[in-house]
Amino acid sequence: MRAKVADNRFLLAGFVLLMVLSFSGLVYAAKITINGAGASFPYPIYAQWAYKYEKLSGTRLNYQSIGSGGGIAQIRAKTVDFGASDAPLTKKELDKSGLIQFPMVMGGVVPVINLPGVKTGELKLTAELLANIFLGKIKKWNDPAIAAENPNVKLPDRAVTVVHRADGSGTTWIFTNYLDKVSPRWHQLVGTGKAVSWPTGVGGKGNEGVSAYVQRTKGGIGYVEFAYALQNKLNYVQLKNKAGHYVAPTIETFQAAAANADWSNAPGFYMVLTDQPGDKSWPITGASFILMHKKQQDMAKAKAMLQFFDWCFNHGAEIATNLHYVPIPANVVDLVQQVWRSELRVGNQPVWQ
Amino acid sequence: MSEAGDQQQSMNRADALFKALTIACAFLILLSMAGIFIELLRNSQLALEKFGLGFLFSKSWNPVTQEFGALSSIFGTLVSTLIAMIIATPLSVVIALFLVELAPPMVNKIVGNAIELLAAIPSIIYGMWGLFVFAPFMADHVQPLLADTLGFLPLFQGPPMGIGMLTAGIILALMILPFISAVMRDVFQMVPAVVKEAGYGVGGTTWEVSRKITVRYGLAGLLGATFLGLGRAIGETMAVTFVIGNNHEISASLFSAGNSIASTLANEFTEASEPMYLSALVELGLVLFLITFVIQVIAHLWLRRVRKSSGGGL
Repeated sequence: MRAKVADNRFLLAGFVLLMVLSFSGLVYAAKITINGAGASFPYPIYAQWAYKYEKLSGTRLNYQSIGSGGGIAQIRAKTVDFGASDAPLTKKELDKSGLIQFPMVMGGVVPVINLPGVKTGELKLTAELLANIFLGKIKKWNDPAIAAENPNVKLPDRAVTVVHRADGSGTTWIFTNYLDKVSPRWHQLVGTGKAVSWPTGVGGKGNEGVSAYVQRTKGGIGYVEFAYALQNKLNYVQLKNKAGHYVAPTIETFQAAAANADWSNAPGFYMVLTDQPGDKSWPITGASFILMHKKQQDMAKAKAMLQFFDWCFNHGAEIATNLHYVPIPANVVDLVQQVWRSELRVGNQPVWQ
Repeated sequence: MSEAGDQQQSMNRADALFKALTIACAFLILLSMAGIFIELLRNSQLALEKFGLGFLFSKSWNPVTQEFGALSSIFGTLVSTLIAMIIATPLSVVIALFLVELAPPMVNKIVGNAIELLAAIPSIIYGMWGLFVFAPFMADHVQPLLADTLGFLPLFQGPPMGIGMLTAGIILALMILPFISAVMRDVFQMVPAVVKEAGYGVGGTTWEVSRKITVRYGLAGLLGATFLGLGRAIGETMAVTFVIGNNHEISASLFSAGNSIASTLANEFTEASEPMYLSALVELGLVLFLITFVIQVIAHLWLRRVRKSSGGGL
């Protein structure tokens, strides 16, 4: 008898504890949390911005780096509040899904290598060489074609291991867009896309996966967003740009490539920045875009989202350049905010004034 | 009616209710299985119509031209599972035999618990360990050794990347080893002592008794354990995705990268935006479902035959 009473009290205590724990979540949920998902290309800068912004305003931003394809799919399915993609959608695709698109930040895609004995930034590759490596036509690092461009570099007798993305990726889209422009053979055999039929190589998941594979495979070559190359201390290469000059990936060469972009004449802000003219331009530059639904459901959340993006535009430039991303210039920010005013609504109410 | 009669009636009612409840739960399982199959079939209609049976034999996987084929995924799934089974099954038999026949009871208990702990490690931990620790070990030591000694075989040619079919197979073997050996250990422990002692009594050595009596007695159980491991290996996703290399190619070399059905689905499902792409991925899922089903049927038939032939065994 006594044991039964004790058991019941124990059960009751456990039940009360469970209730308290589950309701404690409600207190935390009083703050606004914005959920976004998509490209891993801008993930480092979005993470930094979200962290700083939460300290200032209390609004939490939860961003999942699942690839541009994932971002597009999730915003279409309305499982997230905004999607992020490096591969811009055309105006037709945007209208079909009821989305708006605007550029958030720009950056460079950089080929990275793992070659013991070669210093960081020492190897020089032309567009043709890069395409042939990724087509699998160049199988060894001491191939005469590579040696011809790099007379002073000691190239090891190692097999080339191509590392590409296994998942659908805007970084892949930007990279294949460039190769498609500069190599007729690539255009014929592979083409452009968020996922393509790679002639050779292994696939890593996300920019993070490609970085990991290149780090662990001697003789590996992959392509990542520049912030990943820096954070993981990867060896990047110099590329020959459209003007015929060898350039290294730096904030200046990214900005040079972005300088020629004509945003006011781009419907839906559709813009491709690969193979841009200019002596100092980095050939594989791209913009990363945010996708939002024109018809928003929750005024408070929509306003919070736009306030966050506005803060990033106006106050996040320094953080961006520290990570070697190019912030969107002020005149383009004005164009973007005009679109916010005219397109984003909750019911009939405009979200942004 | 008397009180005893009333009690009898309520017991019958309780029995009937219990029976109905259990039937409903069992039926739920059948319903879910049928539901999954129907959904898979429905969502892969597009790809089924476009590619037909050729899907199973086509090597291409091109999201740009929307040409898809399951051959490289099926090949990768089967090869990585085969490598895992070749490594894990003999090892498990030997481990189980050692624990039951040769080891002191304390060792049996401790190692037995350790094996069960191994089984509890999440598969993604295996994947991460495989990528960060095991793959470099393979690339620096094991694969060059294999290439030097057995490099004349097309199985061991190509650059030693560390990641690839062989590494995926070995990691899978490590994952299913605890399952198979735990079940085999239980099977061997259930062999009646009288039967073994009879064998020793007529002059059999430990090896002879183990081989001809213990193993043969529990053959059906051993087979069941093997199929348990096989089922786990065929569907294993995260560990394989990390180390198999994710390349839609078929190669004779075990050093090359490949992909399995599960790893392709894990990598590409979240972002397949075109309906044909999505449909092809669902069809891959359907293929895996059917492969697993076929293996279940084979296992069932084989077990039935073994039970008949090995007589009053387990």
